[in-house]
Amino acid sequence: MVHRSGTRTVEGPSNGGFAAAGFSWVFVPQPVWASLASLQASPVPNIFRPESTPAEDIHRLSNFVLIITALIFIVVFSLLAYVVVKFHQRGAGDNREPAPVYGSNQVELAWTVIPCLIVLVLFFATARVIYSVQEAVPPPGAIQVIAVGHQYWWEFRYPKLGVVTANELHVPVSNPGNPTPTFVKLLSADTDHSFWVPQLAGKTDLIPNRENSIWIDPHAAGMYVGQCAQYCGIQHAKMLLRVYADTPDQFDKWVAAQKQPAVSNESVIAGRRIFEQTACVNCHAVSGTIANGRFGPDLTHLMSRDTIASGAAPNTHENLELWIRSPDAIKPGSLMPAMNLSEADLKAVTAYLESLR
Amino acid sequence: MNSAAISPGTIETPWSLPYKGQVGMFCLIVAESTIFVIFVVAYLFYIGKSLSGPTPREILEIPIFATVCLLSSSITIHTAVRALGKANFGTFRLLWFVTLVLGAIFLIATGFEWRHLIVDRNFTIATNLFGTTYYSLVGLHASHVTVGLVGLLTVLLLALFGKVRLEHYPQVDTFALYWHFVDAVWVVVFTVVYIIGR
Amino acid sequence: MSSESIALAGVPERSQPLSAVLYSWVTTVDHKRLGILYILLAVFFLVIGGIEATIMRIQLIVPHNHFVSPEFFNQMFTMHGTTMIFFVAMPLLFGFGNYLIPLMIGARDMAFPRLNAFSFWLAAFGGLLLYFSFVGGYGLYGAGSAPDVGWFAYAPLTAKVFSLGHSTDFWTLGLLVSGFGSIGTAINFVATIICLRCPGMTLGKMPLLPWLNLVMAWLVLLTISPLTAAQFMLCLDRFLGGHFFDTQAGGSAVLWMHFFWIFGHPEVYVLIIPAFAFISEIVPVFSRKPIFGYPVMVGATVAIAFVSMTVWAHHMFAVGMSAYGNTFFAMTTMIISVPTGIKIFNWLGTLWGGKLIFKTPMLFAIAFLFQFLCAGLTGIMLSAVPFNWQLTGSYFVVAHFHYVIVGGILFAAFGAFYYWFPKMSGRLYSEALGKLHFWLFFIGFHLTFDFMHIPGVLGMPRRIYTYEPGRGWDVWNLIVTIGVFFQGIAVVIFVANLLYSVFEGKLAGNDPWDAWTLEWSVPSPPPEHNFARIPEVRSRRPLWDIKHPEDPDWKYE
Repeated sequence: MVHRSGTRTVEGPSNGGFAAAGFSWVFVPQPVWASLASLQASPVPNIFRPESTPAEDIHRLSNFVLIITALIFIVVFSLLAYVVVKFHQRGAGDNREPAPVYGSNQVELAWTVIPCLIVLVLFFATARVIYSVQEAVPPPGAIQVIAVGHQYWWEFRYPKLGVVTANELHVPVSNPGNPTPTFVKLLSADTDHSFWVPQLAGKTDLIPNRENSIWIDPHAAGMYVGQCAQYCGIQHAKMLLRVYADTPDQFDKWVAAQKQPAVSNESVIAGRRIFEQTACVNCHAVSGTIANGRFGPDLTHLMSRDTIASGAAPNTHENLELWIRSPDAIKPGSLMPAMNLSEADLKAVTAYLESLR
Repeated sequence: MNSAAISPGTIETPWSLPYKGQVGMFCLIVAESTIFVIFVVAYLFYIGKSLSGPTPREILEIPIFATVCLLSSSITIHTAVRALGKANFGTFRLLWFVTLVLGAIFLIATGFEWRHLIVDRNFTIATNLFGTTYYSLVGLHASHVTVGLVGLLTVLLLALFGKVRLEHYPQVDTFALYWHFVDAVWVVVFTVVYIIGR
Repeated sequence: MSSESIALAGVPERSQPLSAVLYSWVTTVDHKRLGILYILLAVFFLVIGGIEATIMRIQLIVPHNHFVSPEFFNQMFTMHGTTMIFFVAMPLLFGFGNYLIPLMIGARDMAFPRLNAFSFWLAAFGGLLLYFSFVGGYGLYGAGSAPDVGWFAYAPLTAKVFSLGHSTDFWTLGLLVSGFGSIGTAINFVATIICLRCPGMTLGKMPLLPWLNLVMAWLVLLTISPLTAAQFMLCLDRFLGGHFFDTQAGGSAVLWMHFFWIFGHPEVYVLIIPAFAFISEIVPVFSRKPIFGYPVMVGATVAIAFVSMTVWAHHMFAVGMSAYGNTFFAMTTMIISVPTGIKIFNWLGTLWGGKLIFKTPMLFAIAFLFQFLCAGLTGIMLSAVPFNWQLTGSYFVVAHFHYVIVGGILFAAFGAFYYWFPKMSGRLYSEALGKLHFWLFFIGFHLTFDFMHIPGVLGMPRRIYTYEPGRGWDVWNLIVTIGVFFQGIAVVIFVANLLYSVFEGKLAGNDPWDAWTLEWSVPSPPPEHNFARIPEVRSRRPLWDIKHPEDPDWKYE
């Protein structure tokens, strides 16, 4: 039986309107979930539906900016519309000779000074939020994660918790009374990437030979989607991202499970042998075994994840087999090679991977 | 009607605008300077950042002689142009030739320096960050010196065949501007590479 | 009217064989012919760039579409951006500048006619080299040939290890070649405007088009060179094993970004300032009033050019610069909105109290004002750094810059086409077709680029060949794609109108618009020497002075 941690999905409006009526919580029961062959409807990563302090600070600032720009628009557009209507040439017989006005110093001064004042106000509002987000200091309860961007997947390490996983980031919900935000150090193993989960924070790039950082503190449990936002190569489009905000209990359980070495199951020993003797171990790691590759995702608890190939496909039996047989069918150009296993070997390896809960 | 002439005589002061050759050369110098600025910025940024390999201190020898030659060539070309302005064609040709020789000495000296670095010390553009920034900056300057030498040679040959006359003073002066630019850039490159960088 | 005005540039005369006509065009150094060649080059690449955009939009019309492969899509967005900036916008603006500047300042040609021709052919060959990549070289995994690293070619994606084959090299070399052409043209513009003005035309009496092109040319000299330098560095990395952007050897990917955007930001001002020039010529004539605030317009443009060189890192707000760095660039970016706004207000001031005549050029100019206002406002949103952290790298910013480039620059350029077409060809275009072009394009533009902001705000990043269904992006992508077809049809009508009118349009005469600058004093099309006698001027509107000798401008300026 396939075991998965419970999935709570935050569903926003599915046709992307701003006039959202609010969230509805949907808990998808296990058997229904397991039978879905295609990707379930993902929630909408709307920047105007923040669920974490950085995103909320940005949202407040953006509302302020939008109000100011709206006012400017109304004033200038009204002037333009008025001018176009009022001074329109009225037919061929219109022989007005408009007075040639060359300029006016007072008017020029006015429409220089007022924009300068607007700029000043906007600047201070902006600077405040820059500092509050970038200069935030991690409190004692903060979770530390190291995210390494790869072509085309995400590596997540929790150094203090001894956890290594990929593509699906689990963090605890942060309670304002006892804050447990997650501070993520952003590194890259190859080219530039960008970590963007709109409802949780603005995006920050992952750049090789450089250390960046981002922090999130989800206020509500749920799953938040995002994806890589800096073109990183052929499969940039499918370098998807999921952040699971767990309740503290769920998070502790998840960490405890992730810390365990790989499940050892005699019934899949054949598949394990093939895995360990083929090139799989060059790229993948399975803790507690000889597999120690770092080029590809850690597979120790593969079956605890809802998707494979960094979100490109749901983690089902069919997709897993397809991925190993022919990665190009799911993500053409990804750096996972087709393993050219015989059908029997393929089935054995898949069974082995499905034992890695 | 095909004439837009307003009655002449409405303009009181004589109408004179700058010489287009000088303006054009000035613009070219501005553009080229910007290219050099970017290479200098890269050089300065990468000082001390090489992960391995020889450092400037270990490997660079200050090219005093070559520098003196190049900078003196600015004096000789300036004097040559003034001589042309006074129609002293003989002096002009001689000083122009000296300028060419001084510039050539600079280039040859750079060539020897590079040969020593590449062949004897195994230090190339691919060795480390210092190698990359050093060869590219000095090389960019050397390429501009080369273009300058080609120009100098062309004018010299024309002068030797008697084709350079007094009325060509503005053009020759404009070309000298380029040569002065090349020398000025060397002052900057020298300072950045052999003084600051070490 | 002399018989000179009937001779049509570009129409083969019966007595000359085609080969002689072609030869004369290929070897021309006449600024008017080179201007037309630049414009034709730009229109040619506009169609190609438009096809590339259409292919992308069809691929994105529904999620998980299979219209083109990921490799090909990535080549499409790279080539589309590179083509539109370097082989459409720049040649178009250089072409109009080339054609108009000598005429407007009372000169017979540019300062350096042969350099002018050389610069044009460099631009043309640069484009050819870039497009040769489709058939030459091989790209990522051997699956494609054209560059696929994005038009700003971020390192280290462009390193040899990540960009196999020669696709990136075609990008680099094509742009290096055309970049030299751009510098040549800029030198020519500056020297011409400074040195070849006709008597009486002090800088304060020069029309705004040459003025703004002077500022633009200065900016080109200062801004193309950083790109040239960075591309040299990239070549050294790729061909000689250099480490400028080699992160494995301690090199910096961010350094490329700085160098690129030190070019890239002023570059967009290089593109918009000539568009401002078009509007500044069209709006007064079709409002029957002089431009409001001429000195302020010049000053604001100079200020924009200066400030534009201090804002570049606003393209890099998400790169992880320090809070201090982000704050600095937020400030400079916000400051640049002030002179830009001043210009919009001055155009409004020109319209105010005028007699507005809505011929096709004016329709495009009014639409420009509306759309440039909107683009400026989304620019202000993007300058608020934290807001930028959400909006950058998404379809919001793609919508923003297309609003500026298409809604601003291209609309102004269409206005310029219609305004100066009679002068260049000697014929009037069809006003009905012109208006049809305008309305179709306007509708298509707004369908595409208004709604494009929404997926950005809903989390859709740019440069993705497909997207997940159910994220709320589907319907907006559909609408965006539909708008493309309106624009395509509009452009076909535009080209048809111009082609037809060149041969069958009514004769235009010298001055069909009752305008005031010197180009309208010569026949349409102008003779090769431009002016029978070099004019002398006393004001910014010399033709107004001639037509109204009792009330000349120079009494009031």
